[in-house]
Amino acid sequence: MATQDPAQGDTVLRLSGITKRFGALTANDGISFALARGEVVALLGENGAGKTTLMNILFGHYTADEGSVEVFGQPLPPGQPGAALAAGVGMVHQHFTLADNMTVLENILLGTEPLWRPRLGRPAARRRVRALARDFGLAVRPDARVGTLSVGERQRVEILKALYRDARILILDEPTAVLTPQEAEALFLTLRKMVAQGLSVIFISHKLHEVMAIASRVLVLRHGRLVGETATATTTRHALATMMVGAEIAAPAAAKARPGNVLLRLEGVSTAPQGSRPGLRDVDLSLRAGQILGLAGVSGNGQGALADLLSGLETPVSGELRIAGKAPAAWSPREALAARIGRIPEDRHRTGTIADFSLTENAVLESYAHAPASRRGWMDWRAARRDAEAIIAKYDVRCPGPETRIRLLSGGNMQKLILGRVLEAAPRIILANQPVRGLDIGAVTYVQKQLIAARDGGAAVLLISEDLDEILTLSDVIRVISDGRLSLEFARGEKTPAELGQWMAGQGFDHAA
Amino acid sequence: MTEILDILISASFWAAVLRIASPLIFATMGELICERAGVLNLGIEGIMVIGAFAGWMTVYAGGGLWTGVAVAMLAGMAFGALHGLLTVPFGLSQHVVGLGITMLATSSAYYAYRLALPEVTNPPRIAPFQPLDIPGLSDLPWIGQALFSQTALTWAAFACVAVVTFVLFRTPLGLALRAAGENPHAVEAQGLSVGAIRMGAVIVGSGLMAVGGAFLTMSAFSSFFFEMVNGRGWICIALVVFGAWKPGKALLGALLFAGFDALQVRLQQTGMGQIVPYQVFLMIPYLLSILALVLMSRRAEVPAALMTPFNRGER
Repeated sequence: MATQDPAQGDTVLRLSGITKRFGALTANDGISFALARGEVVALLGENGAGKTTLMNILFGHYTADEGSVEVFGQPLPPGQPGAALAAGVGMVHQHFTLADNMTVLENILLGTEPLWRPRLGRPAARRRVRALARDFGLAVRPDARVGTLSVGERQRVEILKALYRDARILILDEPTAVLTPQEAEALFLTLRKMVAQGLSVIFISHKLHEVMAIASRVLVLRHGRLVGETATATTTRHALATMMVGAEIAAPAAAKARPGNVLLRLEGVSTAPQGSRPGLRDVDLSLRAGQILGLAGVSGNGQGALADLLSGLETPVSGELRIAGKAPAAWSPREALAARIGRIPEDRHRTGTIADFSLTENAVLESYAHAPASRRGWMDWRAARRDAEAIIAKYDVRCPGPETRIRLLSGGNMQKLILGRVLEAAPRIILANQPVRGLDIGAVTYVQKQLIAARDGGAAVLLISEDLDEILTLSDVIRVISDGRLSLEFARGEKTPAELGQWMAGQGFDHAA
Repeated sequence: MTEILDILISASFWAAVLRIASPLIFATMGELICERAGVLNLGIEGIMVIGAFAGWMTVYAGGGLWTGVAVAMLAGMAFGALHGLLTVPFGLSQHVVGLGITMLATSSAYYAYRLALPEVTNPPRIAPFQPLDIPGLSDLPWIGQALFSQTALTWAAFACVAVVTFVLFRTPLGLALRAAGENPHAVEAQGLSVGAIRMGAVIVGSGLMAVGGAFLTMSAFSSFFFEMVNGRGWICIALVVFGAWKPGKALLGALLFAGFDALQVRLQQTGMGQIVPYQVFLMIPYLLSILALVLMSRRAEVPAALMTPFNRGER
């Protein structure tokens, strides 16, 4: 599909007919568009739609199979990040490309000076970085080690890297995925300053409200194709969402819960803190059959400890854990599985899957020790493969096949496999720790529907999320965690978001204690 | 105990420490460069052998001493290029390639030695580097003998540490090299070639290792014989860890190990040597090195991308 052209002469970038294939998968299929001076264009699409691939081609990480890129009217040699940088293209990668053991300044300087120069021009560079940071509102200490910085600060370093090289076109790949709302606001402020100075920005996202807030024009990608282009002024979030997934999305229906017996109970449980992570402090908690308990809280307030406890990775220092009224004699991940606790871990890349294992192997990670995946100590790979194929079909995991290494899947498809692995084991208790973080709308809706279905099927669900909207949409009862302590149990609708926010900030606990 | 004290105050002990440390310093700097760029070079042991042989052979065949050092370095760089080719663009296992290089380089050296000198039973000698006479310093009592009676190669080893430190931490090249070992994606995203940087690091590093080997034949022993490198390469691997990938601390480690080694040789000749089997003394430097390694390296920061091949355009 052709896109409207910015006024001639104002075009800073033009992509023509970009096609890129990875094996059988066509990640980009004949994509063309142009970018004007001083505009923010959002590249919208679900995970796996080909947004990042397209930008990696533009920046020279990948070489396109077909098509060409022009920057300021000059053809850009393919496959050379150095050429893209020299032409004024900067990229803020989703997974930051920073060396943790070096300072901010060193990271910015890397590659900006001839390698055979005898000295690094640190003092001049430091002055320049300070000036850029001031002009664009990117507060960061030039001599801090990158390894000690927060995620938000690291992103500012990435942006400074591009600005230091006088980038005129800045690509931001899912920049807000890792930011708090306040940090995202600050980022938008910076972007507006850049645009005011005539820079052009390509903003990759799958979050509609951000796209509406920052971009003037939206390009929608689906399955590697450019399927739509529109000005944000003349569209709605709903219309964009429909364009993005190719179908109307229904928000998960929240039928009334019918809570049953208590399946898991914590009585006065405390756990040991680990490093900067607080432990639980005298926590009482009941998970009931047929109920979703939403645990709200700012990240790092003991959610990790609670999730580890329920996963069997941690044992209480004091207090008691009871499953269906009985205290288990021993507590380990295996016991947790035996108690039919289904675990959707927070970090699907690190703890949820093994990146270089196939889908089949990942599908049986929790069930390999018994039939049908194994018999008398021997793996039955045919049965395991059948399991995996069943999950792939039932949970709509988009992949070339069960023998694909799972690292090649998008986050949403990875999460669907984990979800399938958990739900197919018919769990009685489901621990869903940030189950939709980083997923696109289609996948979010899907995962949430499945959790509600599991609840309706009689499972007790503990939903841990930092996203208050998600908690409010899905939970039958809500509790707030702060510094390892749990609030009282609130019924759905009992507290306003603002009131819950106060609990999240740690207010109210002293009265309860 | 007085025996140890006697040894420690003798000037010849300190001269020996510097002498024993020199080949370790060269090779450790070489390994450190490779690892800082992200490549573990287990070819070090064999590259030291080839350096020892190439340097010695050059001089034996009539070349000058410095020509010998240059030839040794080139031979090391050639094996380094092979190592780099297999581990960097081809991305093969660095362990397997490194051990393979060690075996290949060692056998090549022995084979070439036998080809060149088929008949000899007693290893022939060359005229090695002589201690440099530093006016004013070498004549000082005790200190002159302890510290200022070294060959030019020993001084070069110490200079090498200074140069490596400067390049790694003060120049754009060093910055790129360290980044290649920490996060190659950062190097790539800044428009530099990870492959070229790593290749260069492995080649130059291997050249230094070979000079370390050449020190043995051209400054320490003056002849080439089998098994002469005798695990020094492996010690250097440990010294890099001991030094937490920092040249200065690695130098300290090399001196410490050399100190233990010089001490154990002298202890063998004391009264204790009459009672305790000599193998126990031989163990001392290794035991103490392991101890020091454990104490020193617990909080060391390993280059994050060490042993991780980098493939452009891989998802």
